[in-house]
Amino acid sequence: MSGINIGVLAVQGDVVENIMATKMAIEELGLDGIVTEVKTPEQISDLDGLIIPGGESTVIGTLSLVNGSLKKIKEKIASGMPVFGICAGMIMLSKKAKDRVVGEMDQPLLDFLDVKIERNTFGRQKDSFESEISMDKIGIKKFQGVFIRAPSILEAGKDVEILSKFNEKIIAVKQGNIIGTAFHPELTGDLSLHKYFVNLIKAKH
Amino acid sequence: MIPLSGDLGDTKGVIKENIGSFGTTRGTSTLKRGFAHMLKNGVVMDVTTVEQAQIAEDAGAVAVMVLDKLPSDVRKAGGVARTASIRIIQEIMDSVTIPVMAKCRIGHVYEAMVLQETNVDMIDESEVLTPADENHHIWKWDFTSPFVNGARNLGEALRRIEEGAAMIRTKGEPGTGNVAEAVIHIKNVNTELRRIKSIYDAGDEQDLISVARELKVSYSVVEETASLGRLPVVNFAAGGISTPADAAYLMTLGCDGVFVGSGIFKADDAKERAQAIVLATTFWEDPDKVKEAQKMIDERQSMLGLDTKNLELRMQERGSTA
Repeated sequence: MSGINIGVLAVQGDVVENIMATKMAIEELGLDGIVTEVKTPEQISDLDGLIIPGGESTVIGTLSLVNGSLKKIKEKIASGMPVFGICAGMIMLSKKAKDRVVGEMDQPLLDFLDVKIERNTFGRQKDSFESEISMDKIGIKKFQGVFIRAPSILEAGKDVEILSKFNEKIIAVKQGNIIGTAFHPELTGDLSLHKYFVNLIKAKH
Repeated sequence: MIPLSGDLGDTKGVIKENIGSFGTTRGTSTLKRGFAHMLKNGVVMDVTTVEQAQIAEDAGAVAVMVLDKLPSDVRKAGGVARTASIRIIQEIMDSVTIPVMAKCRIGHVYEAMVLQETNVDMIDESEVLTPADENHHIWKWDFTSPFVNGARNLGEALRRIEEGAAMIRTKGEPGTGNVAEAVIHIKNVNTELRRIKSIYDAGDEQDLISVARELKVSYSVVEETASLGRLPVVNFAAGGISTPADAAYLMTLGCDGVFVGSGIFKADDAKERAQAIVLATTFWEDPDKVKEAQKMIDERQSMLGLDTKNLELRMQERGSTA
């Protein structure tokens, strides 16, 4: 069996950080695999797993629609490819998103994660914060949550497993092979969540 | 990978408080620099009205920068250029979901405090406005909101980072529609970065200390930058970008993204141009896509632009010696 092939969607946002974190996670797990930037449908079609990083969800959505990546990602997720959406990436994976101030938005979404998301739920950049959170269900007792203009989940469907809450707000979820977090593990140096995702891909591989 | 830790640790801008049963910290270097990381590979557009901000958002701008006048109009108007009307900034904040930035005058601590209270997502201490203090920039560690600063060379960039800037934009000459100065300055920064990286790789600490003295910046910042071979914060290009090819060219020079000032809303095809510049910035590695983007605009509708050799006002020089 060949090594696993993980891509980080490189349309916009903090791509390099996720590539580094995933590479280190693979190495620490002693696995064989590669991690690359992906932008085109061709690059995406070869993947065993995909990370959609933080950035601006409106930008990532609009631009991955333009070159056909969005459609390819949809096909891959529908066929069971594990995917990890971080902040903007989680918004991209959702069925429904609205902004706390502006309200309903007409932005391209992948329409998989059965949740209703509120964008910028904690306020603007000045209200961005760090706080220690936990994801006991997946064996991560302590994790430094870095929330940057972060979203939260207002409602989750019955197939959605809630992994973490911050002050009653849902901030991390799992639905089958889809993981979404409102916070940025790639900015912390803590690889536990990336390792969890790599293991999910390996189990599927 | 760009580091997220600043030098000074817990400063005045860092605020600890409890939300429910959770202890939280705001204003950390990770959050400020991390915010800039989320903008990477994006286009920040200068806007003066709600309508322009919405065009920018629809076109795929990663953030908007609110001004009272576009830089080319600032240049024409003369007089003192100050921060934008708070009411307009607030209207724009209420009408778009992307981050909203605004400019304050160099060294004008209280204009910056007003912008922080207004809750803009990032403050640009900008040479486009008339400087309030040519000798001292704002001590940005005192703020919870992140700052972006302009720089023409490595020394300026590192001094601004030392003062707490979470992001740098290499300056061009604003409001000219001429990308020439931006190109020169990025190449300057790149050349200097290569130089200090080679000193670092040679293990010559003595030479690195003389670099720190020459650049008027602390040794630790020089050492960190030299070890990385790039600026330790996100670096965008700015000043004079008018076309998709301009933006794509600057991306090839190693910028993390671009600011577009007058180039979009001073052109007669602003909407198409905004989209085209975003496409070119995203797909800069693909000349065919950049060609398609360039095809979306009409050169006859570009802003006329200015030769930067004979300008009476050189905004880029403001605050550059401090």
